[in-house]
Amino acid sequence: MAKTTIAAPSSSVRQTQGTALQRFLQATEIDTRLLGMIGALLIIWLGFQLTTGGLFGGLFLTPRNLWNLTVQAASVSVMATGMVLVIVTRNIDLSVGSILGFVGMIMAITQAKILPPLIGFDNPATWIIALAVGIALGTAIGAFQGMIIAFLNVPAFIVTLGGLLVWRAGAFLVISGATVAPMDTKFRLMGGGAEGSIGATASWIVGVLACLVIVASIINSRKQRKRFGFPLRPMWAEYFLSTVGCVTVMIAVWVLNSYYMPVNLAKKYAEANNIPWPEGGLQIPLGIAIPVLMAVGIAIAMSFLTTRTRFGRYVFAIGGNPEAAELAGIKTRWVTVRIFALMGALCAIAAAISTARLNAATNAQGTLDELYTIAAAVIGGTSLAGGMGTISGAVLGAIVMQSLQSGMVLLRIDTPLQSIVIGIVLVMAVWLDTVYRGRAK
Amino acid sequence: MTEQRTPLVEMKNISISFGGIHAVDNASIDLYPGEVVALLGHNGAGKSTLIKILSGAYKRDAGEILINGEPVHISNPRDAKGYGIETIYQTLAVADNVDAAANLYLGRELRTPWGTLDDVAMEAKAREVMGRLNPNFRRFKEPVKALSGGQRQSVAIARAILFDARILIMDEPTAALGPQETAQVGELIKQLKREGIGIFLISHDIHDVFDLADRVSVMKNGQVVGHARTEDVTKDEVLGMIILGKVPPKAIAGPGAMQSA
Repeated sequence: MAKTTIAAPSSSVRQTQGTALQRFLQATEIDTRLLGMIGALLIIWLGFQLTTGGLFGGLFLTPRNLWNLTVQAASVSVMATGMVLVIVTRNIDLSVGSILGFVGMIMAITQAKILPPLIGFDNPATWIIALAVGIALGTAIGAFQGMIIAFLNVPAFIVTLGGLLVWRAGAFLVISGATVAPMDTKFRLMGGGAEGSIGATASWIVGVLACLVIVASIINSRKQRKRFGFPLRPMWAEYFLSTVGCVTVMIAVWVLNSYYMPVNLAKKYAEANNIPWPEGGLQIPLGIAIPVLMAVGIAIAMSFLTTRTRFGRYVFAIGGNPEAAELAGIKTRWVTVRIFALMGALCAIAAAISTARLNAATNAQGTLDELYTIAAAVIGGTSLAGGMGTISGAVLGAIVMQSLQSGMVLLRIDTPLQSIVIGIVLVMAVWLDTVYRGRAK
Repeated sequence: MTEQRTPLVEMKNISISFGGIHAVDNASIDLYPGEVVALLGHNGAGKSTLIKILSGAYKRDAGEILINGEPVHISNPRDAKGYGIETIYQTLAVADNVDAAANLYLGRELRTPWGTLDDVAMEAKAREVMGRLNPNFRRFKEPVKALSGGQRQSVAIARAILFDARILIMDEPTAALGPQETAQVGELIKQLKREGIGIFLISHDIHDVFDLADRVSVMKNGQVVGHARTEDVTKDEVLGMIILGKVPPKAIAGPGAMQSA
């Protein structure tokens, strides 16, 4: 739907014209924009690898850096998936960073100040209650802003600009600017780290399950198309896509499993589990971090929501032509409210990830995150003119942004210079996209 | 026409104003099954506004709407669709960024037992309907934006007839089309008429619709000048109604008719 596919052939049989590359892209129905982004990401990675010590000695493409990269990108990519829907409907949400700060603070207060006297310290239900409170609050804030936008016709830019100030100040006021710490031990798992990872075996299981899902969905889509006699992809293309999908998943799992617990943590772990400390040290693979698993799960759920459900269809229809959507009988105002409510809920999940990671809530948490989130969505191909954008693109955009930041930290580039580079990259990415879209027409 | 039958649609004494301006003032029109009524008038005569009240885009200030003789309440586009009223808007009102099938089913998507969109079934039905309307149409996977004016028009028409419309409203249906595509739309209107569908054709250009219509209703300054059967009047007489509000002898005068006549 939102994918820009290659111009369909004008006969029902797939034509075999054009260059080998064109034929290949046509047969596999790969989104060329997404392919371009993956290419750009690989170039960035390779560039940092070469500049941090050469192809084999570089610091960038190490399991440790890549593992950290995935964890650091989790929070923004969760919010970017929601921002896609917001921007697709020609709105904007400038308040996500402040909502993250406010909701994170409330979740922290809930688990550190309110719950312990009621249900005791370290109660197993603490993290669930805190997270539920956060999600409910985030959803309520988002729905409230959405209603002002949809029913009082105040532009989203203004409403969320107001929200940016209000919720940031709210995060300060609720506890007079204090920092709340520490977090509940189970809640902390959502932040990743040595404990907040699922380990090697579970990671492999997740990888295998992901492969099964990829293959099953390819088979299912082929079956569906066969049922109605639509043109099918050639078999080699199906095999190719399945193989690429599975190999990518497995490499990712392998990389994450190659990052071992730091020595002092491993020692603690060995003591706690009564394992004798061997001569060469213990190598305990961390595997996939829980926040990364959450982000991937949310990205899949959001992709499903945008491409497979009525709600997602309406979001894109409204973005393409609000008047037509209204005339087709879509309750456009309620769709807007639901989009902002969803955005609020995603902010709450991002807030859980970042407070858990920091093991504290501060009133400055999430400052400027709205800009990173919008940038991730836009770098990922979401059009500010509305009607276009993909979840996978936004997640890739978040990874691109985080890669630039991590890479520059490895290169010891000063913070102001980092901002300059990211700013320039953002503008260039959008310019390139405009050029690409101009050509595609 | 056998005037004794119950009209399919009857809009009685409809009025609506926007900020003190009477866009439609005490207008009454009707439509019988299998009949094509052309609603004519200058730009700003109120014809599009009147018809948007029927299709649910605007809410009337006064008057009533009867369908098959029953008073009905239409306050939004969904209500209108519920009564089998489908509209093809002047602006086509398609969502540019999604494909033909998504547009055909916009607001009424087919779903699988799981509650998800059944895109394959929608595409299959879209191929079937589009095959009937415009056999050359093959670009099912592309956003509607990439289509030509005629192709977009066929998508808009297909959407209207897909759900067994009984009353079809076409606002300037051929304004954006070339001669060949216009002829195609003409054929289509005749076909739909044979199926017993009542059609309102709205146009400011009499030449577009005179040969297709059974009757004309003319509006001027928000009021109905008069009604006439096309066999009873000439194009020039209808032009007189449009421009001057002058009602020819065989036409029935409405409230907007020139008073001195």
